[in-house]
Amino acid sequence: MNIFVLLKQTFDTEERIVINNGEISDDGVKYVMNPYDEYAVEEALLQRDQHGGTITVVGVGPDRTAEALRTALAMGADEAVLISNDGLATDEYTVSRLLAAYLGQQSYDLILGGNFSVDSGGGQVAVRLAQLLDIPHTSSITKLAINGQQAVVDRDAEGDTETVEVSLPAVFTAQQGLNEPRYPSLPGIMKAKKKPFHRMAIGDLALSVSDAAAKTKRISLSLPPKREAGRILQGDHAQQAAELVNLLRTEAKLI
Amino acid sequence: MGKTYVVVAEVRDGSLRQVTLEALQAVSIACQEGDSTAAVLIGSQTTKLASELAGYVDGQIYSIDHPELEIYNPETYLNVMKSVFERVTPDVVMLGHTAQGRDLGPAIAAHLGAGQISDVIAIEKGDADEVIYTRPLYAGKAFEQKQFTGGAQVVTIRPNNINPTEAAASAGEVVELDYAPSASLRSIVKDVVRKTSGKVDLTEAKIVISGGRGVKSAEGFKPLEELADVLHGAVGASRAACDAGYCDYSMQIGQTGKVVTPEIYIACGISGAIQHLAGMSQSRVIIAINKDPEAPIFKVADYGIVGDLFEVVPLLTQEFRKVLV
Repeated sequence: MNIFVLLKQTFDTEERIVINNGEISDDGVKYVMNPYDEYAVEEALLQRDQHGGTITVVGVGPDRTAEALRTALAMGADEAVLISNDGLATDEYTVSRLLAAYLGQQSYDLILGGNFSVDSGGGQVAVRLAQLLDIPHTSSITKLAINGQQAVVDRDAEGDTETVEVSLPAVFTAQQGLNEPRYPSLPGIMKAKKKPFHRMAIGDLALSVSDAAAKTKRISLSLPPKREAGRILQGDHAQQAAELVNLLRTEAKLI
Repeated sequence: MGKTYVVVAEVRDGSLRQVTLEALQAVSIACQEGDSTAAVLIGSQTTKLASELAGYVDGQIYSIDHPELEIYNPETYLNVMKSVFERVTPDVVMLGHTAQGRDLGPAIAAHLGAGQISDVIAIEKGDADEVIYTRPLYAGKAFEQKQFTGGAQVVTIRPNNINPTEAAASAGEVVELDYAPSASLRSIVKDVVRKTSGKVDLTEAKIVISGGRGVKSAEGFKPLEELADVLHGAVGASRAACDAGYCDYSMQIGQTGKVVTPEIYIACGISGAIQHLAGMSQSRVIIAINKDPEAPIFKVADYGIVGDLFEVVPLLTQEFRKVLV
């Protein structure tokens, strides 16, 4: 089975956001593999264990994205592809076009990605990709069982669980609970250094810069208003509870 | 010629979702004189809802009613949208940023070759009448203002952030479209387990009561659920509570998980890790209940109670019951 995993590199979720000269500062920021993509990589490994095949991890982004791809190789993926977006006005449209141009030249049975990225969080790329490749997709899955050319998945639909039968090839995006992602082992990290790592740019794909150019642009950035610590209610718990309800009625006027 | 806005309505438990009315309000903020609005209602037994929707839309309501459409399926719903687009060419398509809209939006965008701005929390007009969309980054640690650069547009609206629309001056016209089931579907929804039936949806809830490591067990959520029942709120959780197996991941609030913006957020036994704060700090009023007076959650809380949630929450439930019943 040919398995492809879509990867994005994001800020660690512990990072605070600092805006400098109208840009988000990446000074000293720790980058990680998008947490939802970890589930996708783990699922690819589990499926390969069962059905055999190879796992190729694919990322679009700047050079530093290589780190997240190497983490996936260290977890056990077989090959990595980094598609550079250097000099390209990039949004989700762009990324999906680049991925579709690359995957259009590959033979694939299963494409896995994260449910959304924890940075820009648009949740568009995997679904767009499925449309561009004209294959079915199910997003936000918590279970995947493959039998031949048929997959049965559980989809988390805002807390309800849908069981969906999907014919392969297909795109699935991982929700929390799909599995427990493993940590890269030391031998895994050593082996990863020798695994095939391909770099390409838009010129290597059957796609022109204007065909991939972003359809949206950012015009400004801002930070949320800082919240101030409020008041700690005094008295015993019964008095505190009564005061809180009273404050919500009279001060916040919410009930 | 004016632009054509198309709002994809959404049904939940037999009713129109409020986010559909919020998306219609988003359209009325964005549109100009000469623009037109249409709505699309896909489902089973949609007749009554279509006429209800007509009260909010001064335009056409395309109603596609078929048993096969009762449950969302990306393939069938996109096929329906394609048939609608044969009748009306959209300039802008708006949907709720819900399980359905998050899925259908990008599929429509790819089909139309359109740009998409997801998870929009505010819409305004700029100096040159251009439409500016505000959306969160890093789950709300920052915000960006975005614009489209051209071509067709798809927008998904986060529930609970834009006021719902009022009734339209004149009612719209319901147009029933036929649905032709496809014999060659590549994905089929076999079964749905409704865990949320009758419950308030977490992302749309006006009041969220949320539990962290301090709830100690799955049973520990009981008092929180009782409080939620009294307040008609929803119960959420921190990552720590989910990772510990006390509750389902679908309840997780934070940068991984869901972002909520209720009017009242009650954090019970939650320390307030930065990744959790990202998911709830835009709530209007935050209440923290925690044994540890040094817990970071108190730094963002409007009201804090230092104490054991198992003592405080039942007392709160009692007090709310007194004033609400």
